[in-house]
Amino acid sequence: MKKILLVDDEPNIIMALEYSLRKNNYDTFIARDGEEAIELAEKLKPDLVVLDIMMPKVDGYEVLEFLKSHDTLKDNTQTIIISAKQKQSDVEKGLNLGAKEYIKKPFSMKKLLSIVNELLTLKK
Amino acid sequence: MSKTALIALIFVYLGILFLIALFAEKNKGSKLVSHPIVYALSLAVYCSAWTYYGSVGMAANSGVEFLTIYLGPIIAAPLWIVLLKKIIQLSKVYNISSIADFISLRYGNSRSLGALVTLVCAASIIPYISLQLKAISETFEIVSTSTLGIEGSSVITDSTFYIALILAVFASFFGTLALDASKNRTGVMFSVAFESVLKLTFFLIVGVYVTYYVFDGTTDVYQKASLSLDLNQLSTINGLSGGINWYFSIVLSFLAIFLLPRQFQTSVVEFTNRKQLKTSIWLFPLYLFLFNVFVIFIAWGGLLILGDQANADYFTLLIPLYFGDHWLAVLVFLGGLSAVISMVVVSTVALSTMLSNNLIIPYGFIKNLTRGKSFKNEKTIKNIRRLCVFISIILAYLFYALFDPKVSLFSIGLISFLIIAQLAPSFFIGMFWNRGSALGSKVGIILGLVFIVFTYLIPFFTEHVISYHQFVEEGFLGIHLLKPYALFGIDILNPVNHALYWSLFFNTGAYLILSVIKKGNYRERNYGEMFVNSERVVELKENAYVWKGEAYVDDIQNILVRFLGQAKADKALRVFRKRYAVNPEEKLADARFINFSERLLTGAVGSASAKILISNVAKEKPVSLLEVLKILEENKETISVNKSLEEQSHKLIKLTSELKFANEELRLQDQLKDDFLDTVAHELKTPITSIKASSEVLADSEDMPQELQHRFLNNIIQDTERLTVLINDILDLEKMASGRDELNLQLQSLNKCIEDAINGISSIAGKKKIEVNFDFSSSVMIEFDYNKMIQVFTNLLSNSIKFVPENNGKIEVFLVANSEEVVTKIKDNGKGIPEEDLQLIFKKFYQSKNQTFKKLQGSGFGLAICKQIVEMHGGVIYANSNIETGAELIVNLPKRRP
Repeated sequence: MKKILLVDDEPNIIMALEYSLRKNNYDTFIARDGEEAIELAEKLKPDLVVLDIMMPKVDGYEVLEFLKSHDTLKDNTQTIIISAKQKQSDVEKGLNLGAKEYIKKPFSMKKLLSIVNELLTLKK
Repeated sequence: MSKTALIALIFVYLGILFLIALFAEKNKGSKLVSHPIVYALSLAVYCSAWTYYGSVGMAANSGVEFLTIYLGPIIAAPLWIVLLKKIIQLSKVYNISSIADFISLRYGNSRSLGALVTLVCAASIIPYISLQLKAISETFEIVSTSTLGIEGSSVITDSTFYIALILAVFASFFGTLALDASKNRTGVMFSVAFESVLKLTFFLIVGVYVTYYVFDGTTDVYQKASLSLDLNQLSTINGLSGGINWYFSIVLSFLAIFLLPRQFQTSVVEFTNRKQLKTSIWLFPLYLFLFNVFVIFIAWGGLLILGDQANADYFTLLIPLYFGDHWLAVLVFLGGLSAVISMVVVSTVALSTMLSNNLIIPYGFIKNLTRGKSFKNEKTIKNIRRLCVFISIILAYLFYALFDPKVSLFSIGLISFLIIAQLAPSFFIGMFWNRGSALGSKVGIILGLVFIVFTYLIPFFTEHVISYHQFVEEGFLGIHLLKPYALFGIDILNPVNHALYWSLFFNTGAYLILSVIKKGNYRERNYGEMFVNSERVVELKENAYVWKGEAYVDDIQNILVRFLGQAKADKALRVFRKRYAVNPEEKLADARFINFSERLLTGAVGSASAKILISNVAKEKPVSLLEVLKILEENKETISVNKSLEEQSHKLIKLTSELKFANEELRLQDQLKDDFLDTVAHELKTPITSIKASSEVLADSEDMPQELQHRFLNNIIQDTERLTVLINDILDLEKMASGRDELNLQLQSLNKCIEDAINGISSIAGKKKIEVNFDFSSSVMIEFDYNKMIQVFTNLLSNSIKFVPENNGKIEVFLVANSEEVVTKIKDNGKGIPEEDLQLIFKKFYQSKNQTFKKLQGSGFGLAICKQIVEMHGGVIYANSNIETGAELIVNLPKRRP
């Protein structure tokens, strides 16, 4: 089962994501801020990280930088950003830091699922 | 001393002067030669043999009147400097080389006026020079024969003639080194300064000799003199008429210090820098003062020793000779020789420049010169000048040989002063009155001369030469009102002052009246304006002159080459083109070029000739007076426009910086607003995202357990409420900011409000194990809006809760009241507020920089709302910056609302 790390400080959004992804047979883990995300990513080596940007303590960009610079994670872990930040500059920054997709909030759950499926199927 | 020895001494002395002059010419730039003291001393050329010998004679014959000749310059020294500044300014701008040029230029390059002034100067100088020669000759005789010369020698010695010739060679050589007569004659001036030192030193020596060696000091001279001489007559001013005479004499000498050609030469033409004036203002009067210290004692001493039959003019020689001190007599003779040489040389240099530039060239040679080649022209002009030097000295010698009037030196000197004083109205008034015209000037000068002839020269001749007394006693044609010494019944003045009074009266009158009746042509008016506004002319240079017509640069250039040489003409042209950024291809000459060229030529051939030369190749059109007046007015306007432009520009610069500041402020506001909108959008999107995601999940999952469905539905409700709060906050803030919100004021307890707020957050605080204390001294009752103030306190407390550490967090609330206000402090032990944010946290659209990872609960403009509410209550809210740990926010509410 593919491991997906969900990172967001909004519990309600996490809950909806968790439910949908589990229903689609993914193993999900939850981090509520960047610090936790980095810890868990290193421990779990997830196949995918669904990452918010604006979070307490360590923000999403820093998490991206960590993933990008990590020996094993940089090749094996893909990232999707989900953020309410919508400026073109924010999108570019995220993609430049190695994210595969940048999905603006509020997102469509169906679209998110199809992207997740696509990324994780290709990886196989 | 034998004649041969004395002649040898004279030649050695002249040789030394030559060497000194040569030395100065070779070391032009050196500190010694260009020292301001040299300039100040060269002014002492004023003290000629007339001073050196004549003052003593005057003092012996008529008492202290001799002082007037020196009091004029001394009293007027400050005024003299002021006027001199203006004269120098103008002369330097226009390359003026003599007083004739100065006056002629002022009245529109008038050729005839320049010639007239030259003639006046010649008439004044030549007898004056002859007077100097007479002094040389007589003193030579006295010293060489050691006779006491009681009857006054009239022997024309051959030596005088040769000395005169040598002076002419000296003057013509050093006086015409440069073609441009307005350039400095360093050699001549340096030797003049040297002679000034010599003559003063020797005169002081003889003064000390008479006063302290022959007599026992000044008191001794005075006591002895008072016993045997009529001192009353010799040492006082005689009543009203004496006073008036004094006054006139002082005026006369004051005029002379400006108008005597040798003074104009030394003070104006040879002027090079401002320091010279600074030195002269004290040194020159001091020099004159020193020269007069011993005069009266020598005069009295001479009278006591030699009696009143001796020639008092030569007391300085006769007293040492009487006591057998020949060496001193020789020294005094050398001093006198110095006075003569410097006067003769400078005077002839000045006169020769005038004669050549204002009389001979413009009236005779100008046509030849325009055809000649440049090097030949320079030679011709220099030769004319040299010839003029010789002619003036020879004329002076002939005058002396023919007339040798048996009168004192002083009287001839006064005639010289009288004649030169006729230039005064044209010269002085012309500098300050723009209407003065050439016609008025010419008629005035001629009329003045006529009156001098009638009131002084003719009676002088009839009285002293032919002893015909009827003219003086009965008057012209026997008419008493026409008595030459008491014209129209004015008989309180002495002959000289009487002549001065009437000549200047008619001179000035004619000048003023004619100038008013008949306007001068545009050239005169133009130069009149320029001379009156000399300060402006220095700024405007060529732009000050109006000229209309057609002339070609090439033609004018040819003339310049002819008179200045190729190299100088080319250089001048380059300077001109650079100064005005004129295109070298430009074929037509403009007014500036015409004026520029005229000025260059003025230095070489004089202003009148310069005008003639230019007008030969230029088709000049008359300019209306209005245009002439306009140019200076316009330039004045330009200046004032420039000034106001400058002011405007200053204002604009200030405004710009203010705008920049305001713009920066706006940009910051704009940035804050952008950030705010971003944040608002972000904060709105977060619950919406949650709602959308939850709804999607619910819609898609029929098989979802009921409990989970409830949770998702609850989440949706929660997020909807959050949205509502957020939107209300934004609306509140806008409402308060725009002043549309009103307070519901009631007199109530602030303590209770704070307690309620603390209770409101106590459950969260309890969960996080945060300690909240409330400390107050008394119960405070004031008027406030409960709902709004509890919002403030809740907000501040919530903020603190967000920042304090969990488990050992501590929040303290203090309430203190005085007679004026109520102070509430909310202090926590959190991480505090960064220094740079202290002022910003209350800004309407401010969100902390740390926004990306510090998501504040609510919208981030809670503090802005607090600020609005507190300010609506007339209070202030601020963050205390003077604490070491944590944050302290302070709310001040007034007890009575304003």
